[in-house]
Amino acid sequence: MSMSGTILYLDGVSVAFDGFRAINDLSLVLDRGEMRAIIGPNGAGKTTMMDIVTGKTRPDSGEVFFDGQIDLTRHDEAEIAMMGIGRKFQKPTVFENHTVEDNLLLSLKGQRSIFPALFYRSSAADRRRIDDILGVIRLGARRNEPAAGLSHGQKQWLEIGMLLAQDPKLLLVDEPVAGMTDAETFETARLLKDIAETHSVIVVEHDMHFVRELGVKVTCLHEGSVLSEGTLDFVSSDERVVEVYLGR
Amino acid sequence: MQFVRGLVLAIAVICASLPSLAHADEAGLRALLTRLATTTNFQETESVVRDLAATGEPAVERILSALADGNLYVRKSDQGVFTGKEDGQTLSLSDPLDGTAAGTAAKADIVKVKVNNALRRTIRDVMGGLTLGSADPTVRLSAASTMLKRPDKTALPALDAAIAGETDATVKAALAQARAAAVLVSDLGEAEKRAAIAVLANRGDSDALAQLTAFQAASTGALAETAARSVAQIETSMAAWQVAQNVWYGISLGSVLLLAAIGLAITFGVMGVINMAHGEMVMLGAYTTFVVQQAIRAFAPDLFDWSLAIALPAAFLVAGGVGLAIERGMIRFLYGRPLETLLATWGVSLILQQAVRTIFGPTNQEVGAPSWMAGAFQLGQLTITWSRLWIVLFCLAVFLLLVFIMKRTSWGLRMRAVTQNRRMAASMGIRTPWVDAFTFALGSGIAGIAGVALSQIDNVSPNFGQGYIIDSFMVVVFGGVGNLWGTFIGAMTLGVLNKFLEPYAGAVLGKILVLVLIILFIQKRPRGLFALKGRAVEA
Amino acid sequence: MIARRLFSSDRRIAVTIATLLAAAVIVPVLNLAVPAESAFHVPSYVVALAGKYLCYALLALALDLVWGYCGILSLGHGAFFALGGYAMGMYLMRQIGARGVYGNPDLPDFMVFLNWKELPWYWLGFDHFWFAALMVMAVPGLLAFVFGWFAFRSRVTGVYLSIITQAMTYALLLAFFRNDMGFGGNNGLTDFKDILGFSVQASETRSALFAASAVALALGVLVTWLVVGSKYGKLLMAVRDAESRTRFLGWRAENVKLFAFTLSAMMAGIAGAFYVPQVGIINPGEFDPANSIEVVIWTAVGGRGTIVGPIVGAIAVNAAKSWFTGALPELWLFALGGLFIASTLFLPRGIVGLWDRWQQMRATRAVPAEGKAAARTEPQPAE
Repeated sequence: MSMSGTILYLDGVSVAFDGFRAINDLSLVLDRGEMRAIIGPNGAGKTTMMDIVTGKTRPDSGEVFFDGQIDLTRHDEAEIAMMGIGRKFQKPTVFENHTVEDNLLLSLKGQRSIFPALFYRSSAADRRRIDDILGVIRLGARRNEPAAGLSHGQKQWLEIGMLLAQDPKLLLVDEPVAGMTDAETFETARLLKDIAETHSVIVVEHDMHFVRELGVKVTCLHEGSVLSEGTLDFVSSDERVVEVYLGR
Repeated sequence: MQFVRGLVLAIAVICASLPSLAHADEAGLRALLTRLATTTNFQETESVVRDLAATGEPAVERILSALADGNLYVRKSDQGVFTGKEDGQTLSLSDPLDGTAAGTAAKADIVKVKVNNALRRTIRDVMGGLTLGSADPTVRLSAASTMLKRPDKTALPALDAAIAGETDATVKAALAQARAAAVLVSDLGEAEKRAAIAVLANRGDSDALAQLTAFQAASTGALAETAARSVAQIETSMAAWQVAQNVWYGISLGSVLLLAAIGLAITFGVMGVINMAHGEMVMLGAYTTFVVQQAIRAFAPDLFDWSLAIALPAAFLVAGGVGLAIERGMIRFLYGRPLETLLATWGVSLILQQAVRTIFGPTNQEVGAPSWMAGAFQLGQLTITWSRLWIVLFCLAVFLLLVFIMKRTSWGLRMRAVTQNRRMAASMGIRTPWVDAFTFALGSGIAGIAGVALSQIDNVSPNFGQGYIIDSFMVVVFGGVGNLWGTFIGAMTLGVLNKFLEPYAGAVLGKILVLVLIILFIQKRPRGLFALKGRAVEA
Repeated sequence: MIARRLFSSDRRIAVTIATLLAAAVIVPVLNLAVPAESAFHVPSYVVALAGKYLCYALLALALDLVWGYCGILSLGHGAFFALGGYAMGMYLMRQIGARGVYGNPDLPDFMVFLNWKELPWYWLGFDHFWFAALMVMAVPGLLAFVFGWFAFRSRVTGVYLSIITQAMTYALLLAFFRNDMGFGGNNGLTDFKDILGFSVQASETRSALFAASAVALALGVLVTWLVVGSKYGKLLMAVRDAESRTRFLGWRAENVKLFAFTLSAMMAGIAGAFYVPQVGIINPGEFDPANSIEVVIWTAVGGRGTIVGPIVGAIAVNAAKSWFTGALPELWLFALGGLFIASTLFLPRGIVGLWDRWQQMRATRAVPAEGKAAARTEPQPAE
């Protein structure tokens, strides 16, 4: 397995919390431009895997490489974010007291130093970019409202919008359609497929209809390691997957 | 001079062994006393003192100690010498020889026999010799230690005689050591001196060290080397005792810190809130002790030795009850807002302080110690006071009881469950509000009984708790939450560290250093020594 | 609607600054030019008291910048205030020159008393006002920077951070009580004679100091408003509300906090520097952790996360304190304690928040639809 050409490369990663092995010898490879869906029961290590990739948790052992050569275990969250990994949390996490527009403003790709932020004047380019994203996530009408007032689904979309504003190379999207209506779910799948045209994406999701909608390669995690990998049909017919996750 | 002193000792020893002889010389003593009335300067007084001592009479001891204490008076009218006891404007006089009362006198009618420091020293020296023959072993012991500190080769015969006649083993050993010190300053042979060095080396304290160092400086050759070896040996052992003493003081301070902090650790661990009024719970415990003792003094003075045992449950109930009221009345409305809880409990602390100040007044209250907590005992070169020892033992008992509650009871199980994952515990059917209330009451109650113990070593005032609160925080922060052993190790480490820094940096600077170290430490381990890990904690 | 809120908030700032500047002119005039028998005369002690309140207000505003806007509950801001005060006190001590009790031209009285032979190196330069003025900001700023750099980098947050800030001011309290620190020990620095050549006792100087405090507070309001309104200010609140989110967006949350903490400490230092010549003394008691917690309550009572709140709170609480300690000294601590409890339980957004809600309710009654839309969620500062 060659690392070059991969956007994300995990090999033999393990991490334990007070004896509980949340991730156990996990290996996972994502090619540039690929979109991957990750499924698995609660406690399978999906969120912990994202924590490791984004620098929140340091693995006890194993290799984590980004973009073929960057060792992610040596960097913290902010550095990793600046390298081009964006993350959407399981529970939508937006800045509730800020307006929708300000949420996007703070996410816009660009300098992340204090003094430029202190003396920041909004530019035409930034305004245009925000307008574009607001269009994509369909929140243009609510741009000046505090994010706290948005519905659950709208917060999910705003967070995806924040990811877009960040313009990362790799997006980690944790349960993007939880709490969404069917129509919203369908829209989200379409949006993610659009994003995947130009970005590498990992989507964690429980909603099998949504995963089918995405139509991408699926990895099923169980007890901290890969149980099965392949097309959704392949994975969902795997005996062990049926046993631990889908149920008979 | 030296001869005279030696003679005094010899006579003293003889007198002690032959008490019947002593009374024969009362007339001589009276004559000396009248000389005391006519002295005009300190030299003269000193010579009378020496002559008095030379008589070797046991009664001389009373005269000399009265003189040293400034209680010896001359009546102007007849130049009679008396010991006097001040009683308002008059003095009640008594005969200096046999102690019988001799009426009173107005202050204007008598003069004090003046003494200065040099004279007092002389008196102490000659009395050291006199008291070798005392019937009281503790007096003999102190005489021996005086003679060790100021060795005198002419005292050797007296010491030899005293050793031969001594029956008390401790006193005998002390006398032998005093003799060894005297040998070192005498002209005796090398073998004797070598033996003396060994005796002193065996004693091994700072007095022995002083004698040996002086001897080493004054002598040459093989003896000096032997002495040097013994000096080194004593220094090593003294350094070890010094370490032992620091550790003991550290454990003692650590116990105090643990007592003050452990209730805080429980509430912080389980509820994630800092109770700024925790110090006031300790204060309430101390005041409960005071009230209980007042009641006992008034109604059942015989029970005084039991006052602390009675105060313990009372303090637990008072502080625990107030804690419960705070939790039910205030903290439960602030759940999930730890910083606001901190502020609100600070408000409670101000109110409790002022309430106690209004009721009991701002001054320190007298909390007495039962007889079994008074005094001290000697362990090697360590002096251990009973009160400290009891506090250490009490602290351990409280700690072990809490460990038991946490590990072996269903309440403890629930508390641990809530500590680790509140939401999960709630969904498993644990009534987290009850656990919170119980925990807070328990933590406050523990603070209350800590107050009972701490009232024994600190001034009980409305600010009592404030002195402990920051240290308690430091212990909790250092030890980590959710783990009683962390608190234990945190408290002991901080206590010992404090006491080891003190000799080098002084008490205040030592404390500052400890604070700075903790501030630096928490940068490395933001959640303390023993932190829970995992996603639930970070969430 | 947002624009209107912005406008109303702007107007509030403008009114505050204008009021402060007007006070800077009017109060001295009423004190100096209006004769004592006139009903409009402001006695000198009121000028000094009001000047003191303004310093407290600036301190509360400084705390609000980190607590209200960034969720850092500092229980050690009194330390920065006191350090600024000491820097100013050192300048004032040097101005005494040979007029001290011992008449030593080179050393302050307490050093003569301690038998010191020469001025410690850290006293050098304090003969010059400009140097002292620099140190008033630099010393608290540097301490905050170093402390914050360690604390924020290792992600010490919430009550842990509060406790170690408290430990910091406690350690300084102990240190400044020591005579051999060279800051006057227990007694601190006092018996000042003059500042920039004017007697500190003179009414004119007191009025000038009041005016300067008012202008300093006005500047503080302006700076805070500019900082809070900038993109950085939005970031600051973002860190308060969801710190880890800002990290995953690539922001260095520790630097965001560090800048606010340092700036806030410098503001607190300036407040202390104006405070000392007006009260005439600075001693280690200012480092008492209880003082720092009291500052928190001023801010909470006025309304944290607002600019006007801490000013209102500091003045209101201290005015109450002055009245209580005069009229009912026994009850003051009960009142203060009650204030802590009541403001956290019933007034999470303080007086200003209450005022806003009242305004909103009036608006709702007038135009129901608009009022509903304007309903804002309670800020939930991250711990």
